[in-house]
Formats: sequence, C-alpha cells, structure tokens
Amino acid sequence: MAEKFDAIVVGAGPSGNAAAYTLAKAGLKVLQIERGEYPGSKNVQGAILYSDALERIIPDFRDDAPLERHIVEQQMWVLDDESYVGSTYRSADFNKPPYNRYTIIRAQFDKWFSKKVQDAGALLICETTVTDLLLDGNRVIGVQADREGGAIYADIVILADGVNSLLAKKAGFHPELDPKDVALAVKEIHFLPQETVQERFNISEDEGVVIEMVGKITKGMMGTGFLYTNKESITLGVGCMLSDFKYQKTTPYALLEQMKAHPAIKPLIAGGEMKEYAGHLIPEGGYKAIPKIYGDGWLMAGDAAMFVNAVHREGSNLAMTSGRLAAETVIALKLQGKPMNSANLSLYREKLDESFVMKDLKKYKEMPQILHKNPQFFTTYPELLNQAAHSMLTVDGVDKKTKEKEIRNNFIGKRSLFGLMGDAFKMWRAFE
Amino acid sequence: MKVENKLFQNRYKVDTGHPHISIKDPNLCQNDCQTLACTVCCPAGCYTEEGNGKIVLITDGCLECGTCRIICSEFRNVDWEYPRGGYGILFKFG
Repeated sequence: MAEKFDAIVVGAGPSGNAAAYTLAKAGLKVLQIERGEYPGSKNVQGAILYSDALERIIPDFRDDAPLERHIVEQQMWVLDDESYVGSTYRSADFNKPPYNRYTIIRAQFDKWFSKKVQDAGALLICETTVTDLLLDGNRVIGVQADREGGAIYADIVILADGVNSLLAKKAGFHPELDPKDVALAVKEIHFLPQETVQERFNISEDEGVVIEMVGKITKGMMGTGFLYTNKESITLGVGCMLSDFKYQKTTPYALLEQMKAHPAIKPLIAGGEMKEYAGHLIPEGGYKAIPKIYGDGWLMAGDAAMFVNAVHREGSNLAMTSGRLAAETVIALKLQGKPMNSANLSLYREKLDESFVMKDLKKYKEMPQILHKNPQFFTTYPELLNQAAHSMLTVDGVDKKTKEKEIRNNFIGKRSLFGLMGDAFKMWRAFE
Repeated sequence: MKVENKLFQNRYKVDTGHPHISIKDPNLCQNDCQTLACTVCCPAGCYTEEGNGKIVLITDGCLECGTCRIICSEFRNVDWEYPRGGYGILFKFG
C-alpha cells in the first residue's frame, strides 16, 4: 500500500509554499512536489515582493529572507519613440520600517521560502514532475509522478502548478488558455556594481526604484514594460498579450532589444553584464477568466487560478494569499472531520471573496476587455502626450495659447472629440 | 543581441533524445497554417520556418513558458509536456 498524505501540494512557488507552510505548521502530513532541480529553478517573476501577504504567513520574514532593496520610489513612464512623459512618487515614508515592498530575486527567495516550509515539517521532493492527477470518478485521490512507484495518495491535492497548469487541463477541469487571457513577458537581468546602481537611480544602500512603462515600447500591442533595481543588478523586461503577439511580426526578443535601445533606458543599463534571459506567461484575463478553482479532492491557488491583478502589477501577493487560504480551508475541514468534497471546499471561495484577492479582481473585471478593444491607450495617447510635452517645453517664440490650440487640434485630429470623451468614460468606468 | 546569445547565458539540463514538445502533424503547419505564429512568438526562437512552410522545432533552448501551445489556437498542433523532473531550464535568478 502506497503512503498516504493529508495533503499533496504541486509546485513550490509562492502559492505552493504558502499552502504547504500553513498546512505543515498546523501539523498536517504534507508532501510537496517540485519539478525543478531546486525550488525557484522553474519560476520567473519581475520581481517585487509585497510584505503584507508574506507577513501573514511568516511574520518575521525580514530576519533572514533574501531581500534586494525596499522600494522608495515608483515611476510611471509613457513612452514615445525617443521620449517619455513620466510621473514619480517618492516618499520618505517608504524609508520607515517595516518596509512595504521589496525587489527580490526569485531563485534565491523561493529557496529560502522552501527551507521554511521544510522546517515546518512538510516533505519536499524536487526533480519530480507530476504528470497526472489520480481520479476516482471525478474525485482527485492523488497524483502520478514521473518516478518509480509514482502514484501517491492524499485527502486533498492543492494545485499550485503555475500559469500553464497542465494537470487541470488533462483532468478535464479546465479548457486550454485563451491567448487573450495571457501575457508573454520576457526579461533580462543586468549586473552592475552596487554603487553604479545607486548613483544612476539616486538611491542609497538598501533603497530601490520601480519603473513601469507603457507606450511605444510594445509597438501597439496591449502590454507594459518594467525596470526594477536589485542590490547589484537591474531587471528589465516587457510583456504583451499573446493575442496581440500572434498577429504581428516582432519577436519577443526583438521587442526587448528595442526597449533596451530606447534613449531613456539605454544609459540606465549601460555597461551591465547580462546574466540571464527569461520568458514567462502571466495570467492577465482577470475576474471573468477565473477558471474552476476547487472540486472533489482538489483546490487551486496562484497563477494556475488566474489570480493576477494586471492593473496594479500584483501577482505574488495574490498567490501567497490564495495558497494560505486554500490551506486554511483544508485545516478547517480537517478539524471538523468533514470530507474534502466540492460542497465543503466551497469555503475556499468564500474566504477568497472576503479577501482583497477577489475584491480587487472584481473591481477591475471590465479592464481586460476595454483595453483589448481600445489599442489607442497603448499607441495614440502615448504619442499625443509626448508631442504635447515636447511642444510646451520647446521655447521657440510661439505663444502658449497657439501651442495649446495646436495640441488640442492634434488630439481631436487623432481621436475625434467623441473618441476622446468615450475613452475618458471607458477609463472612468473601468477604474470606478 | 541575437536570441542565441541571450540563451547562451542560461543554464539548461537538456534531456537528450527526449524533447518535451513536439509538432503533432507537420503537414498542418506546412499546408494549412497561415500565421506560423510559433516562429514569431516563441521567446526562445525554438521554431524556425525552412522556407517552404516546413517548421523545424528544436527544444534545447526552451524557456518552458507555454506560448507555442496556447498560440496554436486554430490547430492545437503542439504536443506540450513539462520536461522530466530535473531537466530543462534551470533559472539561476528567475
């Protein structure tokens, strides 16, 4: 008879680690399975860590977690080919501990988180791919792993297997992902001396800067760019919806090269040594694209469940929170001696609905559709905004009233008055 | 910078002789597919078109993102599995 566990967690990313840690802490017999050589070796993120979500799991994480820099400044750039219009928010308040956000390097961070999970008592096996869910009718009773005697049984399987979540598809729980619901992001990490990073971004030893970008860098596709400062490296990348990528001729790596060559970005990474290139899908379909997240004998958390707030570039915090709530659901049912069936596991959905995870996703539920149908937010507006700034900031003897008129005519010419009003209304509705 | 040079910075443990992705029916790519989106969208440039519409797939540089599987939405012509445990891309930084 094969060994049976209280719970099997598939995946050792933020949601899987949060779930396995919470379960193990409560004394459950937990097996966690990771296909990478070590936790983190298959995982890709920007990466920003949001303290609150982790604090609720490991309150003293700051004592030994590998953190790069705490964020003191957030910039938003709207780019044209040669220029950008930007806004900056920097606050001394962000310099007061406990810090709210940090840049992290995921391979290191995931290893650390996984150590905590193992210390809490969970059994981790790496270099093992779960190939199928074991079903009894429609009920998940365990997993099949790609090693000898690979059938392993548990009362509940938590699927924290990331954006692709092949297991839910093979079991018939989910259809294939729609290209309009996922973004492809590519990124690089460039190493520079710590002092150089600090000088270029006007920051001191542990301070960090985040730059989010929208506009010409995505060549008309729905997407964004980003640049984050680590201790002695800079991470930068660009991501666009797969449905847009499909019908144009720019490769993801060419897009990244063009972004790196932008006159505002190039000097920030100059002289750096590129040490890794990564590509990853981000589930950005939002609330309306959330698939089935529980059933008889299984729960799903993190990217696999489409828990990403694309508007605010948040994902890992939704992953950790959903992983924790999945575990708390299992613990509650276990204490009450209730079976792990679909009806009882609906408690997970209730917990999610009460949390920021579902509340935030619900708030922006119209956003993906609006942006898909209105590419002008990624093309025309960045261009118009930059032209307006250029005109107003070029002192050439033309009076300001004439310039204002030119800018107004330029906007109306490109978008029409009704178009402008309609766009404002759509944005107001989407953010309301 | 070419994609080959980017991938050269990465660490892989290639499962020689066991590619984790395959094209189900190569004739579909050659005769029916108009977009050949895999050749543009794969961030590792694993798919190349040989000039006559024939697609060559070499998975050694694969980043395991899933793009090719999802983008082939008309034909569902990509057989996509994760590499065997321990094989494939090994992100140093992620």
